[in-house]
Amino acid sequence: MPGYDRHHPTPFFVSGDPMIYASDVLIALTLVGVVFVLTYFRRWRWLWEEWITTVDHKKIGIMYLLAALAMMFRGGVDSELMRTQLAFPNNHFLGAEHYDQIFTTHGTIMILFMAMPLIFAMMNIAVPLQIGARDVAFPYLNAISFWLFFFGAMLFNLSFVIGGSPDAGWVSYPPLTETPFDPGPGENFYLLALQISGIGSIATGINFLVTILKMRAPGMTLMRMPLFPWSVLSASVLIIFAFPALTIALALLLLDRLAGAHFFTMLQGGNPMMYVNLFWVWGHPEVYIVVLPAFGIFSEVFATFSRKRVFGYTSMVASLMTIAVISYFVWAHHFFTMGAGPGVNSFFAIASMCVGIPTGVKVFNWLFTMFKGRIRTSLPMLWAIGFIPNFAIGGATGIMLAAAPGDYQYHNSYFLIAHFHQVLIGGVVYGMLAGMYYWWPKMFGFILDERIGRWAFWLFNIGFYVCFMPQYQLGFMGMTRRVYIYPADMGWSTLNLISTVGAYLMGIAFVLIVVEILYSAVWGVRDTTGDPWDGRTLEWSLPSPAPHYNFAHVPVVTERDAWWGQKEARKKGEIQKETRPFQPIHMPRNSGRPFIMSLCFFIGGFGLVFEWYPLALVGLVGILTSLLMRSVERDTDYYIPVEEIQHIESNLGRA
Amino acid sequence: MTMYGFIRRSVQWMALLFCGLSTTGCSSNVLVFHPAGPVSRIEEHLIIMSIILVTIVVVPVILLLWYIVRTFRDTPNNPAPYEPEWSESRVLESIWWGIPIIIVAVLGFFTVKDTFALTRPPEKVTNPLTILVTSLDWKWMFQYPGQQVATVNYCEIPASRPVQFVLTSNAPMNSFWVPELGGQEYTMPGMAMRLWLQADQPGIYYGHGANFSGKGFAHMQFNVHAVKQTQFDAWVKHLKRTAPPLTMDGYHGLVRPSVVGQMSFSSYPPTIFRDMIMQEGGMYMKHDMTILGTAD
Repeated sequence: MPGYDRHHPTPFFVSGDPMIYASDVLIALTLVGVVFVLTYFRRWRWLWEEWITTVDHKKIGIMYLLAALAMMFRGGVDSELMRTQLAFPNNHFLGAEHYDQIFTTHGTIMILFMAMPLIFAMMNIAVPLQIGARDVAFPYLNAISFWLFFFGAMLFNLSFVIGGSPDAGWVSYPPLTETPFDPGPGENFYLLALQISGIGSIATGINFLVTILKMRAPGMTLMRMPLFPWSVLSASVLIIFAFPALTIALALLLLDRLAGAHFFTMLQGGNPMMYVNLFWVWGHPEVYIVVLPAFGIFSEVFATFSRKRVFGYTSMVASLMTIAVISYFVWAHHFFTMGAGPGVNSFFAIASMCVGIPTGVKVFNWLFTMFKGRIRTSLPMLWAIGFIPNFAIGGATGIMLAAAPGDYQYHNSYFLIAHFHQVLIGGVVYGMLAGMYYWWPKMFGFILDERIGRWAFWLFNIGFYVCFMPQYQLGFMGMTRRVYIYPADMGWSTLNLISTVGAYLMGIAFVLIVVEILYSAVWGVRDTTGDPWDGRTLEWSLPSPAPHYNFAHVPVVTERDAWWGQKEARKKGEIQKETRPFQPIHMPRNSGRPFIMSLCFFIGGFGLVFEWYPLALVGLVGILTSLLMRSVERDTDYYIPVEEIQHIESNLGRA
Repeated sequence: MTMYGFIRRSVQWMALLFCGLSTTGCSSNVLVFHPAGPVSRIEEHLIIMSIILVTIVVVPVILLLWYIVRTFRDTPNNPAPYEPEWSESRVLESIWWGIPIIIVAVLGFFTVKDTFALTRPPEKVTNPLTILVTSLDWKWMFQYPGQQVATVNYCEIPASRPVQFVLTSNAPMNSFWVPELGGQEYTMPGMAMRLWLQADQPGIYYGHGANFSGKGFAHMQFNVHAVKQTQFDAWVKHLKRTAPPLTMDGYHGLVRPSVVGQMSFSSYPPTIFRDMIMQEGGMYMKHDMTILGTAD
């Protein structure tokens, strides 16, 4: 066995590994390439004025989507490296340290920098359009949220080449993450990156709660609202109440590490169990924060592609809200094995099983939305249909895990790994991809290629089962998570190899999706009607892409599925032509300050990572200055004149 | 019992088919489904019951999905009914609110029953064996307060006798797991926690740390050797006679991060377990005292 020393000096630039040098070169080349393209095509001004300073929810949504796909690539590469290492017993493709860093960044990136921005992308793109609003309630704050996420993600990814990545798992439990066991800056990167992007997430939660409660079109009562905004409403409430717990946990651990405090240390009366509780008080609702919007998307997709009303709307709303409430009473099921008494474990076991009830109801309601409908298996629907068996199995294993004595055997084993990948991929990723295919024409004005998309779906779907079904069995066979190496005599080898093949299939599927996007951008079918799927909700009443003010006339809503209702009425010749004259439209001004302020967060965060306090102070001063300048700013909004609206609408063929 | 065995075998076969397994002749490798003691048997029964209960929902869902997607396609002349406005049915919704509630009630009842049962010793006996377990970076230390011997990375237990493992850590948190004997429990600094296990038969049972604790974590494997009581007594005598003592310096050496093989000691400084827990915050935890009380 090699000797293990705890204190290894960490160089500023990560060195010594050919794979990392290769990545350094690739990163440098990409940056040079981007700068060259922007300069050559004279796009710097365009980038600044159209994107970096934008406060338009549709553009912010697109930026979230692109960033999330990039992060999915990074997290996906991590997973392929891990599966390559585990493909064979006693493999030496990766060493322990490298493997530990990779599973840590994989988990952190996939949850916080892939799943979260992906749901924010869908929320931004669809919610204001679906409720007939011209933007979110606080567009400037929305831009701040995005840039805080962006710079948080950049700070986290920077650790890859500067200072070294965190290596204590995405849950980052102390005392392993306290300085005696983890002296390098990697863990600081984790704490500060999550803290910075977390501020953005809380702001997004507040923003969408207010948007949905206050900005709905006239006549759209809550019970006439489409189910996606309903799901976002419940997720927003969850964000507002759950994220502060994470903020506290991260802040206290940071104080332990930087200021020598003893909140979670082994000695001097620290209590690591408190961190575990705080983390999961956020961590479990977090699972529902990402999965509830996916449920909302499925409700839209099943109804649209079955040409039928969603079944049991009231039940669907009730179950969304029930899940949101129960999700606060289940956090201890992440540590049934931490020795709480049988009474505590029983309570959390029963509560966890109870989440399965409203979730099961939703699955049946989706099935019966399709029942007696007319099903088209376009790409969004394909992902939605693929979701059902996947999530049914994932939910079932969730119920199994909730039975505490069973969990004593599954905990931290590959059974658990298979379960949460099945609900997070089968639920969230399938949902977000369904949403991406569904709203893509609304975002970009063209439809993603059906043929490549089908290949991608089937490769991904089959790859998923090949990858994760063997892992349930590996769990029963005693394989624990986070081991970088395993012996040949445990009977785990074949299943691990199968699992790796599945992971590669999913990787190929991801590449195909990227190819599909590039191909469709050039050759894809253009959406000239604004309603390519024969939709039911208001976003499909607009041209694709929608003009920056969304609705020239704010729609008046008289029923659920407002756009479907209008189309039905029009078929019967009932509807009147729009006779209201255009009014000037009140819009927020673009601003570069959200970007600059978030950049200051990045600088300050980087300073704290290396405990360079002068640099941290520079960041802090920048943040405070930005806040102050906003407070005294007067010129924050403007009106689009009627002539301009007239011009845009007639160019779109709508006036 | 035969009925039960049949169900158990069918579920295992389903699991095997499900995973597309054909190799490894793996039945004996599936540790969780090879309980070798009363604790793991209780857990296995609950696991099998939960598999059956969730199957009641999962199978109909998949069959319904298959039927619906096949029947209601949007093709020109599809004879299946099309009712775009049909969206409410109190009867149907009552069924799928009701069935999961019943399933949860049944599973919940047995979960609570077993959760309480597992906090008690598997059998009523007057003289359970106590073993003090400490997870270190990156090794397992076992102390036998009754016998005053200690081992590293393996432990010897008498078969057919309840064993009380008292767990702690003098390193980042880990988890003590011997799948064939029973489910795991965390080892945490400053805490003493109790886990009852028992082996029916002599044998060698695989154990591993289950909670990530740093670079050497993957090597934190240990075996539990269950032997007849007489052999156990002979083993203790043998250790007393042949193994070196564990000194205070020797213990500090073990606490330092390293990966080591199996070790045996004829004695150990008698208070190190208690001292270590107290030093790391045990003095604030009242219930530690009661568990430690039974440990001496």
